[in-house]
Amino acid sequence: MKKQNTRIILDKIFKCLMVIIISAVLLFIIALLIMLIRRSQLILSRYTIWELLFSSDWDPDKGLYGFLPAVTGTFFVTVLSLLIAVPISILSAVYISEYMPSTIKSYFQTFIDVLAGIPSVVFGLCALLVLVPLTRDVIGPLFGVKTTGMCVFTAALVLAAMVFPVIISITVESLGILPVGLKEQFLSLGATKWQLIETVLFRAAGPGIISGIILGFGRAFGETMAVVMVIGNKNILIPSLFSPGQTLPGIIVGSFNEMMSVPEHQSALIFISLILFVIVLFFNILANIIKNRLKSRWRYE
Amino acid sequence: MLNKDMEIRIRDLNIYSMYKNKKNSHILKNINLDIPKNRLTSIIGPSGCGKTTLLKSINRLHDIQENIKVEGHVFIGDEDIYNPRRQVNEIRKMVGLIAQRPYPLPANIYDNIAFGPRLHGKRKKSELDDIVENCLKRTYLWEEVKDRLKEPAVALSIGQQQRLCIARALAVEPEVLLCDEITSALDPISSEKIESLLLTLRQDYTIVMVSHVLRQARRLSDYVVFLYFGEVVETGYAKEFFESPKDQRTKNYISGIMPGL
Repeated sequence: MKKQNTRIILDKIFKCLMVIIISAVLLFIIALLIMLIRRSQLILSRYTIWELLFSSDWDPDKGLYGFLPAVTGTFFVTVLSLLIAVPISILSAVYISEYMPSTIKSYFQTFIDVLAGIPSVVFGLCALLVLVPLTRDVIGPLFGVKTTGMCVFTAALVLAAMVFPVIISITVESLGILPVGLKEQFLSLGATKWQLIETVLFRAAGPGIISGIILGFGRAFGETMAVVMVIGNKNILIPSLFSPGQTLPGIIVGSFNEMMSVPEHQSALIFISLILFVIVLFFNILANIIKNRLKSRWRYE
Repeated sequence: MLNKDMEIRIRDLNIYSMYKNKKNSHILKNINLDIPKNRLTSIIGPSGCGKTTLLKSINRLHDIQENIKVEGHVFIGDEDIYNPRRQVNEIRKMVGLIAQRPYPLPANIYDNIAFGPRLHGKRKKSELDDIVENCLKRTYLWEEVKDRLKEPAVALSIGQQQRLCIARALAVEPEVLLCDEITSALDPISSEKIESLLLTLRQDYTIVMVSHVLRQARRLSDYVVFLYFGEVVETGYAKEFFESPKDQRTKNYISGIMPGL
């Protein structure tokens, strides 16, 4: 009887412990959000949100805080990198999952996971050495554009390379958990392998693939270091994809040393962090909604 | 019996599974078997004796498993389906598979049936409408679903889903239907519907069924194959098979004293 009691007490203790830990995590996120909002008050009291987001002049010394160049820079870099990365990653994932012999598959998956773990500064350095000259000497001239290579396009390329492993590994995983019986039934209707993949597997694994893309988006959107190293860091509205630009995280990195001295400048940078935070939050919530919708719509059992 | 009454002829079929770190196992041993046309044939035998493996070999489904090696020949009509020059999807089109549990396509009822014909290039709406209606009628689903063809297939009960999967298989006009314990996940009433459906379908299709349930095999079969540890022990027309089995192992199995059941 005594033993029974200690077991039950332990059961309760661990449950409490877990509740405390999970609340702490939640509290931390809320505290972070509150801190960012409060420290952004200063800049928001002097300018409206619209003035900040839609003005294109950035010169803190003159009191000009227009985020539009960085907003558009971030947008183009992220979207372009996903446009490059998504199709390539999904096709690679399909090959790994459905065609590759299982003997090399596991090695390959490890390799992809390693790729996902490489520090972004390494990617940035490689991009500086390889992609920048490539864009300057080959891709730019191909489009008839003169460019230094330090530009939005190069930044998107390096981001795409960083996003591959994320999307690939999640897509491979969601294809891998589909039951063999599902494939057998549709192959028995006379489907070719590609017909099976295109019509059945993409839907059945769809919610997982979408999560992969959203995670990839998060990585591309928030990536700072690798982008700063190759984008040229010019706070202007980009006239073309081959001109230097700026991203939101880039602004913070570029001026966090000076920011301590001027409260208004500091507050502006914190407001940028707030924007980043809110957008990532928003997209994660949106992704969850989409995923659940698709899950019930593309249910296969 | 004349040879042309036989739809499927299996000759010297050997199947091995080859897993790394495991002893290779010889799943099916030198199978020679004739399966009659437009009859319902049951493959019976204890668990793990290779019934499903034998069934899938008639559809070349082992092709998608890397670790399964198939040797030998399976003829459907005059054609060796293991002929490497034949497109495997063309062969599978002739041989429909209905499995233990139904997997409807993540789409509505109509699209589930139209799926097969569309794969093979049929696009005309009127033609597809006819196929859908016919196939649903043949599986006695039409009355139950005709007003909600655009609803998702997963909303159907599991018994209806199984009949939907049969209808879907019929839509590509196969000659052979492979049924792998298709009632084992269903409630008694749904099972009964499926059983009577099989009895009507056998007039037009060669049906090969794997069953765990001896009584079911007795009720439905025209022809019976008894498989025991990867070997065909005895085959025969159902009446003869159940009333006067020749082999001692068959006798034991159908009287229920087989060890390992």
